[in-house]
Amino acid sequence: MKEPVIVQLTDVRKSYGRQEVLKGINLSIVEGKTTVIIGASGQGKSQIIKHILGLVKPDSGRVVVYGKEINKVSKRELKEIRTHFGVLFQNAALFDSMTVYDNVALPLRERTKKPEAEINRIVNEKLALMDIEESNDKYPAQLSGGMRKRVGLARALVLDPKIIFFDEPTTGLDVAKSNEIYRVFSRTQAKLGYTSVIVSHDVPKIFKLADYVALLHNGVIQGCLTPEEFQLSDDPVIREFVETTMGPLYSSEMEV
Amino acid sequence: MKYFEKIGTYALYYVNEAGRMGIFLFHSALNMVKPPYKMFPVIKQTYIIGTLSIFVILFTGAFTGMVLGLQGYHTLSKFGAEGLLGSAVSLSLIRELGPVLAALMVTGRAGSAMCAEIGVMRISEQIDALECMAIDPHKYIVAPKFIAGIISLPLLTAIFDVVGIFGGYLVGVGLLGANEGMYFSSIYKDVDFNDVYMGFVKSLCFGVLIVWICSAKGFFVHLSRGGGFGAEGVSRVTTDAVVLSSVSILVFDYFLTSVLL
Repeated sequence: MKEPVIVQLTDVRKSYGRQEVLKGINLSIVEGKTTVIIGASGQGKSQIIKHILGLVKPDSGRVVVYGKEINKVSKRELKEIRTHFGVLFQNAALFDSMTVYDNVALPLRERTKKPEAEINRIVNEKLALMDIEESNDKYPAQLSGGMRKRVGLARALVLDPKIIFFDEPTTGLDVAKSNEIYRVFSRTQAKLGYTSVIVSHDVPKIFKLADYVALLHNGVIQGCLTPEEFQLSDDPVIREFVETTMGPLYSSEMEV
Repeated sequence: MKYFEKIGTYALYYVNEAGRMGIFLFHSALNMVKPPYKMFPVIKQTYIIGTLSIFVILFTGAFTGMVLGLQGYHTLSKFGAEGLLGSAVSLSLIRELGPVLAALMVTGRAGSAMCAEIGVMRISEQIDALECMAIDPHKYIVAPKFIAGIISLPLLTAIFDVVGIFGGYLVGVGLLGANEGMYFSSIYKDVDFNDVYMGFVKSLCFGVLIVWICSAKGFFVHLSRGGGFGAEGVSRVTTDAVVLSSVSILVFDYFLTSVLL
């Protein structure tokens, strides 16, 4: 990997009670690329994102973001680092007592001193990018799952962040809606050029978006490889995962 | 041995919670004075905590004053001191019952709603989302509620006191026949600035106490004992918040009175 690494996790461990969820995570996120973290449900994939975001402190190990150890920086520095982040939570985490418009406008109103007219322009632009400009006045509870994710994505993108985290962006969506979300990803990433970290178990579809794939298995990352390397890996754990989730078709010579 | 372990676990949990609550209050106080200042959230919260509580305050204030008038008249008439009814009613209300009962009413009406609102925001990851957007939840959610509590409680207490005094008048003078002039002149004669000051300080402290306990309980719902997840977790901390606020108001009332007397 020649590109600059902007997030580095070194031997990160985390336990909840007696259950050790992360057993020494080592992972590098490369600038401008899409890293996908895959693995079975309940393995702690979202926990990795929460550690990078500084929402959860590891029991041991280091999480370095933009050269700063996120658990040791001051509150002000943490806030500064987070200005580069955009996050799409698993359930979109929209503010349910605000309209779609206000949800997307919130980061602009709270974090910038832009006049309302400009906020209006930016919000409408982002909503148009997601094809949801007609839902301006609706509340999150009135939206479908897919639309909620798109509003969450519009909100995550509204401050033009450098790195965006997507926590299970297509969970609970049907095939057509998932494809729609993936199209929005590729379109916005091509346009805005952000680094993205995606947690997903939508294999193999997610491989089309990925530059690097990391498999979380038994609390440990099993290699951070390109999708092609991943599918051809000799590592027994990766091999088993590939065969279980994608079947023999993807590991056949025809597919290669 | 298990018995001691249990005591230790409880002790550690409560020490932790006390520390959390202390730090929460510190951050909230800091964010109340830190710019930028935004008026709209404060006005909105003052409306929710203050304006929407006026009806219940008018109602309870009137009946508290009326029962004081009733009880006071019958007690004082035993000593032939009906003339002191006005000062008995007004001093009880201004120094003690006004601030305490108004605070208990606000706890039940606005404190519970505040705790549930913040609790739901926590469990649905809305507070995490705010943090990730580099928006301080203390500044955005909690600080306006504190300012609104500090503005609303003294005003609601004042309304409670005035309505209560007229409630006492209605029963004492209107129904039981106490002297009207004596009722008001005894108030004028016996209520001085220190009494009003005591009521004001109490209501101010109770305003902070209610918002502090109710907000913090909701804010830390995920860390609450027994696992603070889902609707059940929120309902449990809301109950805890109302009970703890009410008990704290009565306990603090004693200590404040002993300091201010």
